[in-house]
Amino acid sequence: MSSTILEMRDITKTFPGVKALSNVNLSVEEGEIHAIVGENGAGKSTLMKVLSGVYPTGTYEGEIVFRGQECHFKGIHDSEHIGIVIIHQELALVPMLSIAENIFLGNEHASYGVIDWNANEKRTKALLDKVGLKEDPKTLITNIGVGKQQLVEIAKALSKEVKLLILDEPTASLSEKDSQALLDLLLEFKRQGMTSILISHKLNEVNRVADKVTVIRDGRTIETLPRKDISEDRIITSMVGRSLDDRYPPREPQIGEVIFEVKNWSVYHPIHAERQVIKNVNLNVRKGEVVGIAGLMGAGRTEFAMSLFGRSYGRHISGEVLLRGKPLDLSTVSKAVENRIAYVTEDRKTFGLNLIDHIKHNVTLANLGGVSSRGVIDDMREMSVANDYRKKTNIRASSVYQLTGNLSGGNQQKVVLSKWLFADPEVLILDEPTRGIDVGAKYEIYTIIARLAAEGKAIVVISSEMPELLGITDRIYVMNEGRIVGEMAASDASQEKIMRAIVRGEGKKAS
Amino acid sequence: MSTESAPAPQSGVAEDVKHGPRVAVSALTTNLREYGLIIALIVIMLFFQYTTSGTLFKPVNLSNLVQQNSFIIVMALGMLLVIVAGYIDLSVGSVAGFIGALAAMMMVIWPLGIFSNPLVVSIVCLIVGALIGAAQGYWIAYHRIPSFIVTLAGMLIFRGICQALLGGGSSVGPLPDSFKALSSGFIPDVIGPLTLIPPTVNAAGKTIVGSGLTLHMTTIVLGLVAVLAYAYFGFRTRRKRERHGYEAEPFPLFVVKTLVGSALALFLVFQFASYRGLPVVLLVMGVLISLFVFVTKRMTIGRRIYAMGGNAKAAQLSGINTERLTLLVFINMGVLSALGGLIIAARLGQAVPAAGLGSELDVIAAVFIGGASAMGGVGQVIGAVVGGFIMGVMNNGMSIMGVNVDWQQVVKGLVLLGAVIFDVYNKNKA
Repeated sequence: MSSTILEMRDITKTFPGVKALSNVNLSVEEGEIHAIVGENGAGKSTLMKVLSGVYPTGTYEGEIVFRGQECHFKGIHDSEHIGIVIIHQELALVPMLSIAENIFLGNEHASYGVIDWNANEKRTKALLDKVGLKEDPKTLITNIGVGKQQLVEIAKALSKEVKLLILDEPTASLSEKDSQALLDLLLEFKRQGMTSILISHKLNEVNRVADKVTVIRDGRTIETLPRKDISEDRIITSMVGRSLDDRYPPREPQIGEVIFEVKNWSVYHPIHAERQVIKNVNLNVRKGEVVGIAGLMGAGRTEFAMSLFGRSYGRHISGEVLLRGKPLDLSTVSKAVENRIAYVTEDRKTFGLNLIDHIKHNVTLANLGGVSSRGVIDDMREMSVANDYRKKTNIRASSVYQLTGNLSGGNQQKVVLSKWLFADPEVLILDEPTRGIDVGAKYEIYTIIARLAAEGKAIVVISSEMPELLGITDRIYVMNEGRIVGEMAASDASQEKIMRAIVRGEGKKAS
Repeated sequence: MSTESAPAPQSGVAEDVKHGPRVAVSALTTNLREYGLIIALIVIMLFFQYTTSGTLFKPVNLSNLVQQNSFIIVMALGMLLVIVAGYIDLSVGSVAGFIGALAAMMMVIWPLGIFSNPLVVSIVCLIVGALIGAAQGYWIAYHRIPSFIVTLAGMLIFRGICQALLGGGSSVGPLPDSFKALSSGFIPDVIGPLTLIPPTVNAAGKTIVGSGLTLHMTTIVLGLVAVLAYAYFGFRTRRKRERHGYEAEPFPLFVVKTLVGSALALFLVFQFASYRGLPVVLLVMGVLISLFVFVTKRMTIGRRIYAMGGNAKAAQLSGINTERLTLLVFINMGVLSALGGLIIAARLGQAVPAAGLGSELDVIAAVFIGGASAMGGVGQVIGAVVGGFIMGVMNNGMSIMGVNVDWQQVVKGLVLLGAVIFDVYNKNKA
């Protein structure tokens, strides 16, 4: 049980100008779940890329010993060949192919290039049973949810006779329920003797399943904690190098009159026109107030926000939006922006940023009028705006000319926030503002939110992380299946109460 | 590279404006592509200057070169925006052909009376070009039909209409001289010519001293004004940046760049002046190039096009009306295709069914050689212009050398492929 399966010794990896890893050591024992935690940009993913051969041998220093053998991988193929399989944060499935086709992609049961579909499907079925996924192997990937797609990825890994499974942020886009199922599956694999490495930001998950935790900070290994020493506080202290006594910045809410009001908001699905996605939602936000919308994945929160914001989602939208009691026209995004409503999207890479352009151009995009006159941009004004917001939101970059695609998740989020802050909104809707970013950056984002509230803005935060909602909001709406099923002051809300509201909501629908 | 692979310095905020050298280096590397391209153009020109035993830079050939390739560059300006916006337009050659035919019919065949005046016809043709662009852009922008398909259809449709209009295989002409001046004309010398060294002729009528070189003074003056303006504005921008505490490129680099650019421009101006002056079409082109540089670099609409090409969804959610922007990009392309068509017709002096045939590929190639990305969001006007000239110089140089047209195509294809490979390789290295 306690033989070492993997040793990474003194791994050093440099990129032009930056040392991403310096003398990192990692030792994983057979049959354990080994968690790697660290802030974004700490070097976790780089380390895993070294391990899986994405960065081939020779591009880094140090040695990798897997099952007693020193390894020199020239590519992913080499590492997979000896049983190291990595599942990346961004799933690598082909959406328009079936589950079976995806699992055996590049590895099909075939003779002379002719695929034996029966064999493929039979093996797929067996693998799906193993991961507990009840789907027809012929189902297209695009037709199943993210949670199930994650399971398909794992099944794909299993098909390669994996000895060491590496999961990079596997639950980042999963709902609470799917995450739990995934973690249970990991524990089940462990019982069967498999070794896994889990990279995660979610410390409660790490706490739940990990046998050991290695903390990486600024490209160095800080320490490896055994099971008995694992606690969230301990890990956080180690991750940020200081103790975060409070994970949420203190604030004294000064709540004024109602600024923003939504009445009887209803939205239908853009393709399935008969499906009502949002059902008579009523909600209001006061001046200086932070209002949360809790709910499970698929509760309709993002759809609600997007349909409000320039009707960017859905059709047959009905209902009324009031700003200071006056009806608002939000029929296009530019009207919404003019009326000083901002929506910070959930998925910053797909919907938030132009990744091939630099920070400066991204920050001013939603308010080009603010740096131009008669359609001509004032380069100097734009420059000082960008630098100003870079300072205000603490974006870590070499200059405002750094491409946003090269920033870490937390810094990307700060760029998106800067963009919307520069648009000078009165009402700010933040959709999962801290998804996939590290503890330190989270705290910074919370600080920004608190500051905005103190300036008298009305803020709506959509989040799937209940502790976060409890920590930063004043009032929480609970949404389930497109309707508001509960409303409570954050001071007397709890995770349990929120869950109860959701479940009750579901019960109501069934009866 | 993943987002985590390059940790930002932790002290990111403290050192703010002070890192001059680093910015300078990055300014140099980001502009390397542009400089590299211009250097490539110069090398190619020198190569052909050598292989054609000096014919390439002869004043009369330079005028020819400009007149032959101007329509490619005019259309490349529109194509750059189309490609940066994330689309493609395959119809530009056919639209140009159709507009040429329309112009010829209006001026020569149809009894339009006063409306057959070349100026009126040109304006009408540009409006028709805008309408064609709008018609194609409408389907692309508002119904999300892939631009490749819409403009492929347009390519077939307008080539067909062009041929039908000209009544099968015949050509229509000759076109009035005042119209032909658009392509083959030269700007008038309002200042008057200057004979550099007056030839001294002996009794037998033989020249002893002096070449009798006569300079087109208006051209010289215009050229000098343009070069001075270029240097002045370059310097002013620099000063402005410095005043605000932002380092631009290092001073020596700036000086070298400005001097080399000015010297090159003055050399060309001198060559033109020693022939018949600036071709009208070069002036038109110069004005358009400046306009599009300004639009893409300095105007909000230009910025929005880049944002749309970089991430359409994010642009839309930032309040940019991507549909209308797409429509405008295609209307612009339509107008420039029409102008291209007029230039072709004016150069040939008649409308022919095959006018502009296949030129869409030259135009697209020019934009890609100029460093634009097929994925959208990346590309520079100057790049596309230099790309167009690279194609043009190769056409011209190889023709003078007597290289077979078939092999010319092969060479052009290789250059396109090479340029894009160079780009991709560079990007991966960075």
